[in-house]
Amino acid sequence: METGRNKIKKTGMYLVLLFWTVVSLFPIYWMFTFSLKNNKEIFGENIIGLPKHWLWSNYEAAFTAGNMGSYFVNSIIVTGFTIALTTIFALMASYALTRLVWKGRKKVNNIFMLGLTVPIHAAILPVFIILRNLHMTNSYQALIIPYVAFALAMAIMISISFLQNIPAELEEAACIDGCSVYGIFFRIICPLMKPALSTIAIFTFLQAWNELMFAVIFISDSKYRTLSVGIQTLSGAYTTEWGPIGAALVIATFPTLIAYTFMSKKIQESLMAGAIKG
Amino acid sequence: MDRVRRNKGAIVLFMLPATLLFLTIIIIPIFMSGYYSLLDWDGITKGTFVGLQNYIELFTSKSAGFTKTLGNAILLAVLSVFIQLPISLVLALVLAKGIKRERFFVSAFFVPVLISTVVIGQLWTKIYNPEYGIINVVLQNLGLESWCRTWLGDQNTALFAVFVPILWQYVGYHMLLLYAGIKSVDPVLREAAKIDGATEWETSWHVVIPMIKPVIRMCVIFAVVGSLKAFDLIYVLTNGGPAHASEVPSTLMVNMIFGRGRYGFGSAIAIMIIFLCFFFAIMIKKFFKVEEE
Repeated sequence: METGRNKIKKTGMYLVLLFWTVVSLFPIYWMFTFSLKNNKEIFGENIIGLPKHWLWSNYEAAFTAGNMGSYFVNSIIVTGFTIALTTIFALMASYALTRLVWKGRKKVNNIFMLGLTVPIHAAILPVFIILRNLHMTNSYQALIIPYVAFALAMAIMISISFLQNIPAELEEAACIDGCSVYGIFFRIICPLMKPALSTIAIFTFLQAWNELMFAVIFISDSKYRTLSVGIQTLSGAYTTEWGPIGAALVIATFPTLIAYTFMSKKIQESLMAGAIKG
Repeated sequence: MDRVRRNKGAIVLFMLPATLLFLTIIIIPIFMSGYYSLLDWDGITKGTFVGLQNYIELFTSKSAGFTKTLGNAILLAVLSVFIQLPISLVLALVLAKGIKRERFFVSAFFVPVLISTVVIGQLWTKIYNPEYGIINVVLQNLGLESWCRTWLGDQNTALFAVFVPILWQYVGYHMLLLYAGIKSVDPVLREAAKIDGATEWETSWHVVIPMIKPVIRMCVIFAVVGSLKAFDLIYVLTNGGPAHASEVPSTLMVNMIFGRGRYGFGSAIAIMIIFLCFFFAIMIKKFFKVEEE
């Protein structure tokens, strides 16, 4: 009797979980399938099944007519520089904020932490005006600089929490051996901060790769469009043909999904690290 | 060592890039926005100083529509807290019991969080498509033609049609935070409750949930602040339309500034968004503190 009831309960639990799995993954599954279908299948014959004829030409169309290749490269350039600069700057600042001794460092740290709650809306118009005056809209820097600035608060927070676990004795030993402050930073601290670096990199990657508001407003020249803006343009041009748009969506998504299949735990932990002090 | 730690050159060098970026891109622009919000300015000619006129217009002018967007954002916040979070909590509680394939489910639920909002927006526009979208096709096959709508184009349905994917996308994020919180509750406490004869439901409600209050508080803050800032999905799905039915503060701000060239008025909206984010974050923290006493 008891086990029977338990069984029903267990099945119920699994049904709930399976239901939400389907709800979570269905749009993504659907994206993959319709990226390989023609309109006839998408619009009636075979809406949710696997494609009958795998239509790779959708991908060709997305790359050639849709320009996805160049948007992809732009996204990689912007995201790559954003990650590199954010990690370097955050590491430097957090070292100075925790290990070097100077007046007012607590206050400065608090100001940086304020950056965690400031929405990007606050800055969009002034930054746009600054960029326009410097003739810097429509360039990679127009996105990289604001992305780095807005990623810094979180990156510094993560980096400080890792730094606090590195014993100060290591630095003292290096100092006695005649290491300068730069030597200590680059040869002792940086190598020990690898786990922090990957956390910051993952966090920053998702922010920069997926960002839309700045990208839409600061970039109008197709030469510098990132994937988020490129897809928006593409969907305006291909309103009646869904296949190539599906292909474009897959192209924009697969780097994230591939990374996720290989290190899902690390990615989940990184995104949680950003929330812990929130 | 002390001398090394007080190396002025190193301090300046290490702090310079981060500080410079932070000042020029975040701090100074906030003050600039604050100043712009006091101007009547189109961005081309010289602005005229109008004091608090923009803020008065925000709350009194019906045609500007700010109060309505605020209502929409608050509705989204309420739905997030009372629909999205409970779904996440139930999933987290079930998962944290330690069932088979736990990791698989956690990972699957988290996938939507990682996908760019543009991609999700595009997918949902297709799901909502009045002729070929899955929703209407399913309804037709079930013989419910009368239920079919142009979901995103109808003033009565657009707002909720936009909210569904927003709520859907972040269930996994809250689930993960809550799940990690529940996992860190000492299993001994649960065992003790069980021995005392508590049912699973009672254990969850009286033992687990009170223990993870800090996590819940964090989730509530994220849900509310996130709702006030919501932009991407709405921009992709409807851009606030039709006839402002699904407009939220940030889409209104972008449309005012970059669509209609009302730089001063748009900046006033920006300042209000910042203010509301801080205000609600503080209020929620206070509310949970009172609860704890």
